[in-house]
Amino acid sequence: MIEWLSNSGNVKALGLVIFFMIFVGIVLWVYGSKKRSQELESYKNIPFLDDDSETKEHKP
Amino acid sequence: MAAVSIASREQYNFDVVRQFTVMSLFWGVVGMLAGLYIAAELAWPLLNFDIPYITFGRLRPVHTSGVIFGFGGSALFATSYYIVQRTCQTRLISDALAKFTFWGWQAVIVLAAVSYMLGYSQGREYAEMEWPIDILIEVVWIAYMVVFIGTIMRRKQPHIYVANWFYLAFILATALLHTFNNLAVPVNLFSMKSYSLFAGSQDAMVQWWYGHNAVGFILTAGFLGMMYYFVPKQAGRPIYSYRLSIVHFWALTFLYMWVGTHHLHWTAVPDWTSTLAATFSIMLLLPSWGGMINGIMTLSGAWDKLRTDPIMRFLAVALSFYGMSTFEGPMMALKSVNALSHYTDWTIGHVHSGTLGWVAMITFGSFYHMIPKLWNTKLYSERLVYWHFWLATIGILLYIVAMWISGIGQGMMWRTFDDFGNLKYSFAETVAMVRPFYVMRAVGGLFFFSGVLIMVYNVFKTIRQGTQEAAELEAKYAAKLAQAGA
Repeated sequence: MIEWLSNSGNVKALGLVIFFMIFVGIVLWVYGSKKRSQELESYKNIPFLDDDSETKEHKP
Repeated sequence: MAAVSIASREQYNFDVVRQFTVMSLFWGVVGMLAGLYIAAELAWPLLNFDIPYITFGRLRPVHTSGVIFGFGGSALFATSYYIVQRTCQTRLISDALAKFTFWGWQAVIVLAAVSYMLGYSQGREYAEMEWPIDILIEVVWIAYMVVFIGTIMRRKQPHIYVANWFYLAFILATALLHTFNNLAVPVNLFSMKSYSLFAGSQDAMVQWWYGHNAVGFILTAGFLGMMYYFVPKQAGRPIYSYRLSIVHFWALTFLYMWVGTHHLHWTAVPDWTSTLAATFSIMLLLPSWGGMINGIMTLSGAWDKLRTDPIMRFLAVALSFYGMSTFEGPMMALKSVNALSHYTDWTIGHVHSGTLGWVAMITFGSFYHMIPKLWNTKLYSERLVYWHFWLATIGILLYIVAMWISGIGQGMMWRTFDDFGNLKYSFAETVAMVRPFYVMRAVGGLFFFSGVLIMVYNVFKTIRQGTQEAAELEAKYAAKLAQAGA
């Protein structure tokens, strides 16, 4: 096993498979659940949350 | 009661944002003026005046570093500090460290520009700074990382907004790229000269791993952070799809790291690395266009803003150029197309459709949105924003059309053979062919630069107006307090 891993040709292919699977996992995680989708989409409003206080000044 | 002041301590640290914003415009003027001058030198070589300090070879890195690190870098510092505070609803973790990043970064740009003009360069594209300046960059960048990540860590908003992810990727990737690309051995401790740790084609691959990821993570990811905040803010509606922005982020960061070797097609590098880079470059089209569509579709239902809001025009045109240059890039990364385009002016045109069309336009749009808020006033003149927009757009079009014609013309002439199998055109003939287009490019640059000068005037007047209004308000407030005390 260690011998197989020490071959850079094998590790590159393995790395590609791992990264690809992680990426597919991210896509499934993002689009896989209706509830999660709603939660994620709610974050799009974050830039508007502090609109009432453009300069945010304190009065000591 | 003297301590009671309108200009009391802000909840957010906008001082450093203001400083970086002003210096971004300053370096924009310096860097673009250098670019305009060297474009004119190529059209009219007598402008070299036999003065070594202002020859093309020395002024070019002044131009590239001035616009990428001076203008673009300062704009990224400014907007990242602004956005991270507003979306995390917390103040920067350290005012002193933020101030250090400001002065440190300005020192980097000044030292780089002066050293280039004196002839010091390590000859690496977009990383010409010699080793002492590289060390200073490393220190400033670590401080930047601490400020940005520290601020995110003490956020009041539980979720980290996607714009901050892009900034974070830009900061982390730049730290990696800068460190490994600049591994070098100085000749001695008191010499500016150093030699790279890598040699031959490995050195070239490290250089272009850095070079293309500077485009990918500084000029793309960083400015996408800007896009994901300022496009929704200016449009007055949230981003089209937050889920798409997440996929956009991960796909972009996964793919960009692999494509640098497409700058080395048909050279001594192993053929498989070329093929790998070309393949990943084509795949990169998907996240790039996903991001562009996400930005453009944010305007869905509010297209009328493009008619009435000049700032929105800057942002929308920036996204259009982002789409165009991220289509052109993968196409040029194909080996067969690259055989024609490489070493020609087509590459220069491509870079400028990205940097002027995408990077500069998104920055202008973001600044026009942010500056009035920073100085708590209205923009001095909307009419001047229209003028700027049209001068910039016409300038970019003149520039890239000139470079398309001269670049494709060069490529075609270099590969034309006569009936006997000899090259049909001498190099001098290709130079004569491109000259009118060099003049056209310089004119395009003049248009673009004039637009920037108009922006600087507009911003100067806006800042003065904001300062005057604040002073008047403070005087009124002080008078009221005095009345109440009497």
